[in-house]
Amino acid sequence: MQVPLSISEIQTALKEKEFSCQELLQSYLSQIHHSNAEINAFLSVDEEMAQNYARDLDQKIAGGCSLQGLEGVFLAIKDNIHARGFETTCSSKILKGYLPAFESPAVSLLRQEGACILGKTNCDEFAMGSSNENSAFGPVRNPRDRDRVPGGSSGGSAAAVAALMCSAALGSDTGGSIRQPAAFCGVVGFKPTYGRISRRGLVAFASSLDQIGPITHTVGDASILYKIMAKPDAHDSTSLTNIDNDSLCEVRLKGATLGIVEEFFPPELDSMVQSRLESSLKNFEKAGGNLTRVSLPHLKYSLPAYYILACAEASSNLARYDSIRYGNREYPGVGIEELYQKERSLGLGDEVKRRMILGAYVLSEGYYEAFYRKAQKVRSLIRTEMENALRSCDALVGPTTPTLPFLLGSKVSDPMEMYYSDLFTVIANITSAPAISIPCQKSEDALPVGIQLIGKPFEDSKILSLAEAVENLVNP
Amino acid sequence: MINSFETVIGLEVHCQLKSRSKLFCTCSAQYSGAEPNTHVCPVCLGHPGVLPVFNKEVLELALKACLALSCQVPAITKFDRKHYFYPDLPKAYQITQFDEPIGEHGNLELKGEGDEIRQIPIRRIHIEEDAGKTLHTHTSGSLVDYNRCSVPLLEIVTDPDLKNSKEAKDYLETLRKVLRTVDVSDCDMENGTLRCDVNLSVRKRGESQLGIRVEIKNLNSFRSVVRAIEYEELRHVSLLEAGKRIERGTLLWDEEAGKTRLMRSKETEDDYRYFPDPDLPPIKISRELIKEVISKLPELPLAREKRFVKQYGISSYNASLLCEERDFADFFEEACAMHANPNSISNWILTEFLRELNRSDTCISESLLKPAMLAQLVKLIDEGTISGKIAKNLFPEMIASGHSPEELVEKSGLSQISDDESLRKHVHQVLESNPHILDDLKAGKKKALGFLMGQIMKATGGKANPQKVQVLLHEILEEVHSIRL
Repeated sequence: MQVPLSISEIQTALKEKEFSCQELLQSYLSQIHHSNAEINAFLSVDEEMAQNYARDLDQKIAGGCSLQGLEGVFLAIKDNIHARGFETTCSSKILKGYLPAFESPAVSLLRQEGACILGKTNCDEFAMGSSNENSAFGPVRNPRDRDRVPGGSSGGSAAAVAALMCSAALGSDTGGSIRQPAAFCGVVGFKPTYGRISRRGLVAFASSLDQIGPITHTVGDASILYKIMAKPDAHDSTSLTNIDNDSLCEVRLKGATLGIVEEFFPPELDSMVQSRLESSLKNFEKAGGNLTRVSLPHLKYSLPAYYILACAEASSNLARYDSIRYGNREYPGVGIEELYQKERSLGLGDEVKRRMILGAYVLSEGYYEAFYRKAQKVRSLIRTEMENALRSCDALVGPTTPTLPFLLGSKVSDPMEMYYSDLFTVIANITSAPAISIPCQKSEDALPVGIQLIGKPFEDSKILSLAEAVENLVNP
Repeated sequence: MINSFETVIGLEVHCQLKSRSKLFCTCSAQYSGAEPNTHVCPVCLGHPGVLPVFNKEVLELALKACLALSCQVPAITKFDRKHYFYPDLPKAYQITQFDEPIGEHGNLELKGEGDEIRQIPIRRIHIEEDAGKTLHTHTSGSLVDYNRCSVPLLEIVTDPDLKNSKEAKDYLETLRKVLRTVDVSDCDMENGTLRCDVNLSVRKRGESQLGIRVEIKNLNSFRSVVRAIEYEELRHVSLLEAGKRIERGTLLWDEEAGKTRLMRSKETEDDYRYFPDPDLPPIKISRELIKEVISKLPELPLAREKRFVKQYGISSYNASLLCEERDFADFFEEACAMHANPNSISNWILTEFLRELNRSDTCISESLLKPAMLAQLVKLIDEGTISGKIAKNLFPEMIASGHSPEELVEKSGLSQISDDESLRKHVHQVLESNPHILDDLKAGKKKALGFLMGQIMKATGGKANPQKVQVLLHEILEEVHSIRL
């Protein structure tokens, strides 16, 4: 049985009784049984619940009912997003066994539309990383080449979608954590405008940058999931209250202009990535799209500014994990100072500790102005530059990542080299902008390459319809 | 010797705002007396994935306090995170306001000697969340109750401008009066809805630079504040006189021992790593809102006190006591509106009524005595229907039953005997049964008159109108007995 990729194809097949929902689930589960031991995309799967769901849905279809909403869609949720019935561990030892007290609205909205939550996916610990090698539960391998990383931090979600273990997945993106693994795994990853999807139930890494988004096979699927989740939330003070008016944002390919960002094509860009991007852009032009050149002169400062802000917020957000009120307590009965030291030393991984120390440093008295304040200034400078660049085009375009998916273990000893993976993605987070990674033509070694579009903040629907138009052209 | 030094004091007051729910979640903030950890939710417990939402009710309460204390209120205010590790702080940071507080540059007027008014400058007022409570036990380790966690507090900080313990006490009393009047906090030190830390330094008189400062914590009453200040003044002066240095640090007041002890020195003070809370967008405060809050502010105690003296002609002493509590002042004004004898009404409130309230341990709003009842009582006295003495006897019953004085007078026949006919009869009877008195009077012994009055009052069960009796007695003595007094 060949399971189609997109949600609409799956639902059509279910309606046409090409296969049953139970067969569909069986296909996902057998992929999981067959490959998850190696790929390590899922941390937990609720098979029984999913079987019941599939049986009920099959009965409903047999009874002549038509499929509604997301019925027949099996979703994987990154393990830093609360889903009822599943632990939220953030791939950290310190939260092992933690059952959330509530569910994130993003997940609830998808459930209300009829989707089934199949399981929780591996990620870099507390979403900190670009290769998914920072998980307390082992690294995730790239299904397209198992010696390579799937990207991070939503590596498990991207790998689960790419390995056909689920219909689609949710990730979270703080500096590229949806788009970079999507690019590395050859799937679609969309980070909406900051605040579009409620952050409630998403375990905070860097609160001013975090955003939930879909990882899917097609832009159309990303759009479907996005529209369901993009609802104002009165319990998230940073949730956007204005509606994303998609009727005003319809974009046709003919006449649309993409702005090629000069700084997205630096000399050190991987030549294969460069050539695939160039041919994609040529196809776009041939199909009637316009290309223009734009510049973001201060882009090189976005990465240091991002790491200062993200680490500062992380050092604050993660200070609460002490195993006292919840989580996994290893040292009962020690004094309070010792408890903090031992539980946190043992419970948190090296990358998390590195970022917390960096963050505590940049916020400390006497350094705040030089680091945190300056990073905020860079943030607003880059925001202005991006606004200017977007005056002459509908979206900025470039590669999602500066390299092809790299080999497992090749960068773990060099954090700076690892941080460089986020070079093209962090700009969307520090400017709040919507951004999407779409697969383009694979490299000669059949490794995925991602093309990234970045839109104006709040114009999520516009960037999605532009991406849909671009999708077929760049991947012939 | 002590006169060659001067003390400089700044006060940091924390008061709990009277909001229904906590600062960033919907848990009830009225936790007093509740079982531990029953007023908690994932948000105030700082669980992973939770987000704070600012309680709008707190904004209005905080604005009321700021405006009553003449603070400048900015167009935008924001929240910051203050980091430290302690089990009663579940997020390991406190949400507070660092560099853009809701109020700055305010002041509080204190009454000085006589009519002198002293302005105490208020440096800043900010909103913050409270922490939980840690209880260290011998048998079950350390326990934490998070009911208080994230309850809204207002921190009110003065400039280092107070000079001695008396001023500090006056400041605290006046501040409490103002905050209670505008109804933002109960301000009760006993149950912790008002807490005060003292910053104190001592320098040689005439020096422009401040001395080395200590912070005193754990002050549980106004009396502790006074005692701790006086203790530290002396300690500083004797150290300075001996040529020794003061160690900068935080001290704890030990009420029982009557002394302070060092909690931590400056060297080990924390770096709180403040930064703007990314979960809470800055709050816009419109001029319209400020105008609205101002228009709803009640008259402040000191202003009201002055008005009471001017408008009602009562003593400034009475006015000041009445304005101590807004409920008393309101009661007074309501009663005066129904019967215009402010002096008598204020005396009744501050003596009889206060005594009854204290005795039954009730507050004025719970009492069955209403302003109209007191006004009526004073009116009955003023019209001569009852005597002051009878009124005093009636009063406890009015409070106990809630019946109006008119009802009670009618029911028990307590109204004064004022008609000449029956009074004359009583006077004649008393004179007849006490013939020797007439001799005393004729001999010029005026004291005998008092005895006669007493006998007449006794005979009427105290109901005789004494003024009338006096007049009639004179008349009868002169007309019948030819005794002219």
